[in-house]
Amino acid sequence: MGSLSLNYIVRRLLVFFLTLWVAATLIFIIPRLAPGDPITAMVARMSQQAGFVENADLIIEGWKERFGLNDPVYVQYLRYMGNLLNFDLGLAMARFPSPVSQLVGRALPWTIGLVGIATLIFFTVGNLFGALLAWTKTPKLVKVLIPMSMIFTSIPPLLAGLLLVYIFGFLLNIFPQAYAYHHSFSKPEFTLDFIASVLHHGFLPAMAIVLVTFGYWALGMRGMMVTIEGEDYMILAQAKGLKPFYVLYRYMIRNAILPQMTALAVSIGTLVGGSVLVEVIFNYNGMGTLIFTAIREQDFNLIQGTSFILIVTSALAVLIIDLSYPLIDPRISLEGR
Amino acid sequence: MAAEANAKTTIVAGGTKKAGAFNRFDNPWLNWKFLAGVSILGIIFFLIFLGNTFWDTSLALNASAPLNLPPYGMEYQKGKNTILVGVPEHPLGTENSGRDMLALLIVGTPRTLGVGAIAASVGMLVGIFLGFLAGFLGGWIDDVIRLATDITITIPSLLVLIVIQSVLGSVDLITMALLISMFAWATPTRYIRAQVLSMRESGYVQMARLSGVPVRDIMFKEIMPNLLPYLAASYIGNMTGAIISAVGLEVLGFGPQRIPSLGVAIFFSIEAAALLRHMWWWWGIPTVILAIVFIALLLINLGLDEIANPRLRKAN
Repeated sequence: MGSLSLNYIVRRLLVFFLTLWVAATLIFIIPRLAPGDPITAMVARMSQQAGFVENADLIIEGWKERFGLNDPVYVQYLRYMGNLLNFDLGLAMARFPSPVSQLVGRALPWTIGLVGIATLIFFTVGNLFGALLAWTKTPKLVKVLIPMSMIFTSIPPLLAGLLLVYIFGFLLNIFPQAYAYHHSFSKPEFTLDFIASVLHHGFLPAMAIVLVTFGYWALGMRGMMVTIEGEDYMILAQAKGLKPFYVLYRYMIRNAILPQMTALAVSIGTLVGGSVLVEVIFNYNGMGTLIFTAIREQDFNLIQGTSFILIVTSALAVLIIDLSYPLIDPRISLEGR
Repeated sequence: MAAEANAKTTIVAGGTKKAGAFNRFDNPWLNWKFLAGVSILGIIFFLIFLGNTFWDTSLALNASAPLNLPPYGMEYQKGKNTILVGVPEHPLGTENSGRDMLALLIVGTPRTLGVGAIAASVGMLVGIFLGFLAGFLGGWIDDVIRLATDITITIPSLLVLIVIQSVLGSVDLITMALLISMFAWATPTRYIRAQVLSMRESGYVQMARLSGVPVRDIMFKEIMPNLLPYLAASYIGNMTGAIISAVGLEVLGFGPQRIPSLGVAIFFSIEAAALLRHMWWWWGIPTVILAIVFIALLLINLGLDEIANPRLRKAN
């Protein structure tokens, strides 16, 4: 870690913690900006659905007292922040005694797994394809085939998910239509069968993300490679008679991948948003489906908790990418950013 | 279409033969990707216009047509014995609550595009303002703006929008567009700031400065015109992002429910298990229209990239 400049690390950490603070504060403020208070609003919605809620006033008062909504706002805010620091996200209102943190803890690994593996695939494939597109020694056929594979680029993963699940899940019936593993497993276990089931179920959701995303990275990579091809050190490398593959890897890809890493950090937010919706389509056991059911059940506590944890996870991913960036680019510490 | 073909021939005639030689007919704006994207969007707008003129758009409302009809000429097995056949009165079929799919597309497509355009425009204006401010003034203003953009970009906007909308319930499209624009300023700000920073050091800006041109004139008369292709590309990217957010929120059920947009139509179809019932036209047609819109926007964006960056143009 010696090559990381202190200034850079401090700035990244500052952004990380400020992001968490801003997100937490937004989630605290938003319900309080709406007319009325969340409890009254919730009971009002309940009575809208059920027609009538008995002792509505008593319920509202009781809950207000229970959640401390009669305290001054700053006391509420401090208590809320204190609770967040202890990962106490409150209780899920619609599934009463389950704490939000327990539901989230069950769902989060699935989302991280899905998004993580999808990211690994589209980043690798995208950059490889982009490099091949720009490289002068790539066969003609490959240069024609790659752009054709990219026509889905920029379509939201959600729509790709719909098409994939219909074609491969319903029409051809080769992939499961929903859930993260087969229902014959009552809970996750460490057996080959289970892992196979998870891969089988995860394939389509991951593809929904990969298919529409890798082209974007290929285009970015191609742009970088084209710029690099014009550099003087490329002429020198060729003049030295270095092997084309060596030049491609050491001189071109190594340099072109750096801005791609920065771009990856920037795109995490969009990526997580997209995967939330893909999960909804596939009814995947992750955070997206959890948030969707929470919206359905109008469980505000659960919506807040799930959103906050997903924001924390995204910010953490960005932080990790940002901190690993100088490790692959020694110039950063020399420039002393 | 004619313009597109024309552009192709111009580029072939002007560009490839004498690479590097100056050719005054080699207009960078005659880029086939850019023109193809613009043509597709143009065709979509034209079709919407035709539809509004010749089709009864009130059919997009609930219960204005028979239920669950497949597109014209197709058969759909509903239940064991009933088979529904598409009728010419509803060429693209109808859905579960009696909306005509064609009318739904005519009404829904401009609404979806409109949300994107409004959110992207607001985000862009704020982005131009903050980007210029940060890039030009520097110092602590730059630090604050950079920090704010970094934070906004890191937070997945969809999640905050979900929290907001779960408090507000379903909102009208203008409100939704404004909510989305709260997050749509960060990427343009970052992008424009970087461009302004690099242009500030360029020869002609230095020259203008030395000649005592006021800062305002340097910004709007020297830098702005050169930024136009970048601004356009950034705007299109922003619009893509805004439409994705809007469709996402609508699919989660936060869209306006009475007069549907494309995302709301997809939400209804998921709610009613249209996939399971093999009513492919219900979710499929809006999905395909959206996909075409996104492909058109991507083509425009790629074209603008090549217009702004001569190296990319040469690589083709």
